[in-house]
Amino acid sequence: MAVILDALVQLGQLLLVLLLAPLLTGYVRKVKAHLLRRRGPPIVQPYLDLMKLLRKEVVLAHNASWIFRVAPYVIFATTWVAAALVPTFATGLVFSSAADLIAIVALLGSARFMLALAGLDVGTSFGGIGSSREMMIASLAEPAMLMIVFTLSLLAGSTQLSYVAAFMQGTDVGLRVSLAMALVSLVMVAIAENARIPIDNPATHLELTMVHEAMILEYSGRHLAVIEAAASLQLLLYLSLVLCLFAPWGVAVAGEDFTSYTVGLVVYAAKLMIGGFLLAVFETAVAKMRVFRVSDFLGIALMLGLLAMLLLFVSRGV
Amino acid sequence: MAVEVLLWCIVALLAAATGAVAGSRRASTTVLVYAGGLVASTIILATVIWSLVSDAALAQTLHLPVGLPWVGAHFRLDPLSAAFLAVVNLGGATASLYGLGYGRHEPEPGRVLPFFLSFLAGMNLVVLADDAFTFLLTWEFMSLTSWALVMAHHRQSGNARAGYIYLLMASFGTLSLLLSFGLLAGSDGGYTFDAIRNSHVSSAAGAAVLALVLLGAGSKAGLVPLHVWLPLAHPAAPSHVSALMSGVMTKVAVYGFVRILFDLAGTPAWWWGAVVLLFGGASAVMGVLHALMEHDLKRLLAYHTVENIGIIFIGLGLALAFRANNMLGPAALALTAALFHVFNHSVFKSLLFFGSGAVLTATGTRDMERLGGLIHGMPFTGFAFLIGSAAISALPPFNGFVSEWLTFQAILLSPQLPQWLLKFLAPAIGALLALSAALAAACFVKAFGITFLGRPRSDVARDAREVDGFSLSAMIALVCLCLIAGILPGYFIDVLAPVAKMLVGAHLPQQTGLKWLTVVPIAESRSSYNGLLLFVLIAAAGWLAAYVIHRWASHAIRRSAIWGCGFEDSSTATQYTAGSFAQPIRRVFGTLVFRAREEIHMPSPGDSQPARMHVHLRDLLWDVLYLPVANGVAVISEFLNRVQFLTIRGYLTLVSGALVALLVVLAIWQ
Repeated sequence: MAVILDALVQLGQLLLVLLLAPLLTGYVRKVKAHLLRRRGPPIVQPYLDLMKLLRKEVVLAHNASWIFRVAPYVIFATTWVAAALVPTFATGLVFSSAADLIAIVALLGSARFMLALAGLDVGTSFGGIGSSREMMIASLAEPAMLMIVFTLSLLAGSTQLSYVAAFMQGTDVGLRVSLAMALVSLVMVAIAENARIPIDNPATHLELTMVHEAMILEYSGRHLAVIEAAASLQLLLYLSLVLCLFAPWGVAVAGEDFTSYTVGLVVYAAKLMIGGFLLAVFETAVAKMRVFRVSDFLGIALMLGLLAMLLLFVSRGV
Repeated sequence: MAVEVLLWCIVALLAAATGAVAGSRRASTTVLVYAGGLVASTIILATVIWSLVSDAALAQTLHLPVGLPWVGAHFRLDPLSAAFLAVVNLGGATASLYGLGYGRHEPEPGRVLPFFLSFLAGMNLVVLADDAFTFLLTWEFMSLTSWALVMAHHRQSGNARAGYIYLLMASFGTLSLLLSFGLLAGSDGGYTFDAIRNSHVSSAAGAAVLALVLLGAGSKAGLVPLHVWLPLAHPAAPSHVSALMSGVMTKVAVYGFVRILFDLAGTPAWWWGAVVLLFGGASAVMGVLHALMEHDLKRLLAYHTVENIGIIFIGLGLALAFRANNMLGPAALALTAALFHVFNHSVFKSLLFFGSGAVLTATGTRDMERLGGLIHGMPFTGFAFLIGSAAISALPPFNGFVSEWLTFQAILLSPQLPQWLLKFLAPAIGALLALSAALAAACFVKAFGITFLGRPRSDVARDAREVDGFSLSAMIALVCLCLIAGILPGYFIDVLAPVAKMLVGAHLPQQTGLKWLTVVPIAESRSSYNGLLLFVLIAAAGWLAAYVIHRWASHAIRRSAIWGCGFEDSSTATQYTAGSFAQPIRRVFGTLVFRAREEIHMPSPGDSQPARMHVHLRDLLWDVLYLPVANGVAVISEFLNRVQFLTIRGYLTLVSGALVALLVVLAIWQ
């Protein structure tokens, strides 16, 4: 009985992230619009966009290969699975032992690998520009992310998100400079990985500075819908990750009763709203940077991660 | 029993090699040779796997009265040699299978066939050898046969130079190993491995042994800065031999390193680990950066061998450090990670070289700038190369990720080490490992994307057709192994347990009995990974999405011209090339590492000449390390050349001068 319940909760988490992701995207857009004193599209607009795209036919280039047609589903599936493995409202779910934080980062790497290949498939210069820049950004963001993982693992003695979250909830964490640095670094990585301002502009189209949009320029119809859904899922994933690691309050633990799950859900929704709001404020406040300054931005993230780890050595005197 | 079977197979290989010399003119010889290689390798593979799994043949020895009269030839099958024999013969079997198809295109089979079989036999013998003399003799035999294979197409430009540099580095490496065995054997000269194990090595001699083994085995494996011959020699050989050299022979070098430092040299000092870690980290990053700048498909793969050898040595360095501090559990983890990566790399590197060989067969070129769109003409090769690329880029759910993940887990245990240098070094090496993994993904997006995707950049690429069934079946077999080792790593880790037990005295907890085949290297509260579950989940999610959408939303498709934001370009030259793909990374890393410089010639307005861009890269290691040595040798030989042609008076002066000088030295000495 308990096994079935656990499986149901895990299934709920899978569906929750899928259904919530477009809402988060719509919410961030709405807040940004308000900050710019526009009314903006309704919050549910991403759902409507997805429905519209799903019903449309796919326009394929004559020389598109099977990679181009399979890639959207692979990207979507890997991102969805990765997003469902990050604790949202409850930790210690059934599948959580399948992948630790390193594996989740690598899963996103698999999705990016396919996306970059899809960008090269048809053979346009836009696709190439997007793929090559995306891989450059990733080559800096991934080591930075690993440094954050190292820092957390040094503190918590685990790379398993449920255990790290439990550790962060405990009392023996205290305020640490390392954690602050890791948080800043993680936010910078998240911004880069999700193609947000100042690295890339999710609202742009037809600019020589675009990265993510350039790769998916050839996509249309249901393929585009699936890729957009994956992008929303990735944003939700990173926000959940920040929340789970640095604000793990009110999260339920698997096996608890119904009330604590409900509380966990409500708290999670509230935290998402705050996180999304902060993201929108940040994006409105800064300007986009040139592509070749991205390496400086991510270099800072990497250095912060390294410093966070070294500081931990010094402060703990281990 | 098992040793005898293996030796008979090796003798059969050598006999067949001799026969191949005689029959090299007949066409059927090609088939016979590769079929023979396939059968012999498969028998050896089955035998060693059986002995690894059943624990039946641990430490079987055999003494043959050949070789030096007072030593003879000792052979031994223990868990370590069994594990490496499995890697060698898996590579040998698949390369033979591939050769059944690929070898038909060989213009001069007489230059390849005999050496192919003797090369296989040589690698097997190195791993079986149980005394220093046999080890060195077979090591040199392996080097020479592979050199002959590198020189198989000696008339192609660059190959002669590659062979020359390889020969120099190989001799240098063997010399280093010879000296290290001399140190290990001590003044008594007990050259059997048993005698060496029982003799005591002083700490100074141990340090010298470490340096010499790093030079000897490291130069064969391709450790930076001793890697220079590798990207020249490996691509020069026929592709299935390239696969053997990159995927397997470098592993034999790793075997030599492990055998000497973990088994023969006694207890390591803690700083050995630090030295090995530094070399490993440098190789990992330099290898992949070089690969990113490379447009020759096979040379790109060869540089990735340098990277992966770096990853393996990171694991070995950690294992040494942990073992020196008597932390046996972590040492077993690091060693298992390294050995698993040895296996994984041999699988996907062979696969990728087979793929590049298929591309070479179909198009006649390895220059990526002339390829493109091959996935249409060669769908199976394309699929196999894609899986290989994903595996080498350490992407889940394939095998490359598991061994890198295990290495990361070992690095995360480094704070427990007592030495501060290691505490700081290991995470920094971890950052380099992460960097190299991310750059490898970028490099293989380039390698696969430019070669197989996009529009064909030349006529040969447009007309490329799929290769024969033997080549394809070899590739598909390796694709299956990449996936199986990725989703069921627990079985492979368990097979490696006796090796870890033998070398560091501990092994990882048994993995196969765990719930849902999850891999838990230390404790569940620390980290766990389940490739099977991830694979099933991803497959189910992808299938579900596709099914739901096609069933209820839309499945219509319209083919049309490329959109490209409305820009109609009929020229394939507007696509991204390998050079332009790597340009952002070249700007970020290349200016520092390669002193990369771009030179742009822009014609003046109204001039109809094309604009030209040249990229200048410098290999600093070559300039700083090798050129001075080469120049020094040139100066000395120039001088000696003059000494060779003196007049009779000159010789008499020289001789008497030398005599006087020696007497003076002797007088001062007394």
